[in-house]
Amino acid sequence: MITETKVVPANDTAEPMLQHRHLLGLSTYSREEIELILETARQFREVLYRPIRQVPTLRGVTIVNLFFEPSTRTRISFELAEKRLSASPINFSSSGSSVSKGETLKDTAQNVEAMQIDMVVIRHPSPGAPHFLTQCVDAVVINAGDGAHEHPTQGLLDLLTISDRFESFQGLNISIIGDIKHSRVARSNIHGLTKLGANVTLCGPKTLLPVELDKFLPDSTIRITSSLNEALEGSDVAMALRIQMERQGKNLVPSLREYHEQFGIKVQHLEQHKDLVIMHPGPVNRGVELASDVVDHERAVILNQVTNGVAVRMAVLFLLSGAAKGEG
Amino acid sequence: MAPNDYHTPDLLIKGGSIYYPGADQSERGDILIKDGQIVEIGEGLSSNGTHELDATGKLISIGWMDMHVHLREPGHEHKETIESGCRAAAFGGFTAVACMPNTDPPIHTRDVVEFVRERGDDTPVDVHPIACVSQKREGEQLAEMADLKAGGAVAFSDDGSPVQDASLMRHALEYAKMLDAPIINHMEELSLNPHGQMHEGAVSTRLGLAGIPSLSEEVMIARDILLADFTGGHVHVAHISSTGAVELVRDAKRKGIPVTAEVCPHHFSLTHEEVETRSFDTHLKMHPPLRTTEDVEAIKEGLKDGTIDAICTDHAPHASFEKEVEFTAAPFGIIGLETAWGLIGRELIEPGILSIAEAIAKITTAPRRVLKLAMPEIFVGAEANLTVFDADTQWTFERSHIHSKSRNTPFIGSPMIGRAFAIYNRSQLVENDV
Repeated sequence: MITETKVVPANDTAEPMLQHRHLLGLSTYSREEIELILETARQFREVLYRPIRQVPTLRGVTIVNLFFEPSTRTRISFELAEKRLSASPINFSSSGSSVSKGETLKDTAQNVEAMQIDMVVIRHPSPGAPHFLTQCVDAVVINAGDGAHEHPTQGLLDLLTISDRFESFQGLNISIIGDIKHSRVARSNIHGLTKLGANVTLCGPKTLLPVELDKFLPDSTIRITSSLNEALEGSDVAMALRIQMERQGKNLVPSLREYHEQFGIKVQHLEQHKDLVIMHPGPVNRGVELASDVVDHERAVILNQVTNGVAVRMAVLFLLSGAAKGEG
Repeated sequence: MAPNDYHTPDLLIKGGSIYYPGADQSERGDILIKDGQIVEIGEGLSSNGTHELDATGKLISIGWMDMHVHLREPGHEHKETIESGCRAAAFGGFTAVACMPNTDPPIHTRDVVEFVRERGDDTPVDVHPIACVSQKREGEQLAEMADLKAGGAVAFSDDGSPVQDASLMRHALEYAKMLDAPIINHMEELSLNPHGQMHEGAVSTRLGLAGIPSLSEEVMIARDILLADFTGGHVHVAHISSTGAVELVRDAKRKGIPVTAEVCPHHFSLTHEEVETRSFDTHLKMHPPLRTTEDVEAIKEGLKDGTIDAICTDHAPHASFEKEVEFTAAPFGIIGLETAWGLIGRELIEPGILSIAEAIAKITTAPRRVLKLAMPEIFVGAEANLTVFDADTQWTFERSHIHSKSRNTPFIGSPMIGRAFAIYNRSQLVENDV
């Protein structure tokens, strides 16, 4: 048969590798790198369903989770991923900026690194904090969310979740709805989705759409609308973003009630769009971004996202630790 | 620097060409100085044993002035002192600076004005304090402006705390008009910029950094132009940075409203794109922020047609440990005295936006006119206040060229065109032989 002469993929001849030493964002990752992470995550996902949910892959690798912002699920997800891989995780949490407690981020990081750390997972309210960290320490740096900039592992877990449902990203229509302006989830998803060939629509009140959004990508077009109906029309997936309650009172939306009326996804939308899949990065404000019945709807894949989060983080840790070992 | 380090009462500057203030072209001429005064100008003067400065092939103008610097003393001496700031100025070619009052205590009482002036007295650089508009720079109660002026303040500004209260600004302009001094406003309507970190545009949107819209600058300039028109007081626009701002000032000048403006070299040399390409480098964080290519073009146009009177640096020293932090935690500002002329040469003279004479005017006569200062002259009998420079040396700015106490500049490793070689002022000669 003609398939006999098929060119052997490069992956089969050489160990697949990421071209980057760190994961700072999806903006700089190539399609191939993203696909490699997703493929590796699918393999690791099987581990999560074994009787003994642990592999010895990263035994002896020390990873510090530096969290400068309150976070429950991302921190737990990383920590679980680290434990499933038999790495040794250490947690460091401090709310607010490190400066406010008198120590600079550089000093904190260098102190931690002095204890012989291989990898750093950082969540920080300042965009670019992980990038800055790479200049301060030799360890591999993984961005677990930097302000409103990027949240690459969230973007990756969203991609994995979508790929579980759909054959290909090519031509897929994804709408991201809500507070685009303050959302690192939106930014990482825009990069990831467009690299894989999906069409992205961004939808939100004008006050939550940042300026010059149309110039976000130099060579792809993003559809931008402030009409929920327009955004949902023809969409395969609707990704609702969390409205952060602390932004109330800044006149970005008049009230949560009005927000839900205008931009909340309700059961009627699921009835109108029979194949629409609902995603949300969590935690969900029931009755705000999503009507409560939508959260529990069979076409909502929010909990699949959570499971995939662990698998994707295992894949990222594994692939980047290889780089760490190579240079160590 | 101790006064004796550079004390050179007698000097022959030989072989240079002189740009007399206001002249379009330079003229060959040696300058003989005795006791700090010009005693002879002509070709082929002989030194008869006095110290000689070889200026062959170089240019000479009246001493340059930077009308917007932060010398940090008193209060923030770990960033800069008046002495170190003046050294940076001297090596950058400046014989005069006007320094902003955001010190601790601020320059809001006469004793602080006099302290700053006295600290400048030992240096070869004239230090002109700009005093506060309001007491403690709090934007509530007018400072004792007449007393401050009598103590040596040349202008009034609350600097980085723009005068938000329109009524206070009105009264400040009225009162300063009586004193014949300008009010310099850092133009920013703060409510439009709650936590801005960089220019609001495509790059801030991509990077997720809170934006500083051009609008916040333009709204304030529009208000202050109306107030200047109403009061007849002179408002000076600090570090103009946006297209709309240039247009507002151009229109106001056309109507004869007493408004002037200044711009910093970084605002015509860099754009907001750099924040992304240099991966959140905090040396690209300043107020106002680096804006777009279109804004840079508008600034160049404004410099060319005279809308923008002066070029200043907004020299804003910060210690390394203060800048080596995540972007949102970093203070705003960069140093600028040492790179000013090299960037003017690279961005304005070399591409033909300004002639050498026009460029010199932006840092000699223009700032002194805005601040209503006595103009240095080049004639026999005048106090020698001179800068020796060229406009075509191509060089690369290195860390070793920094004389400021701080090193917060995005220009290390950048190409420069044109160099200041020496200044002469107050009987002192500072040669830049790096």
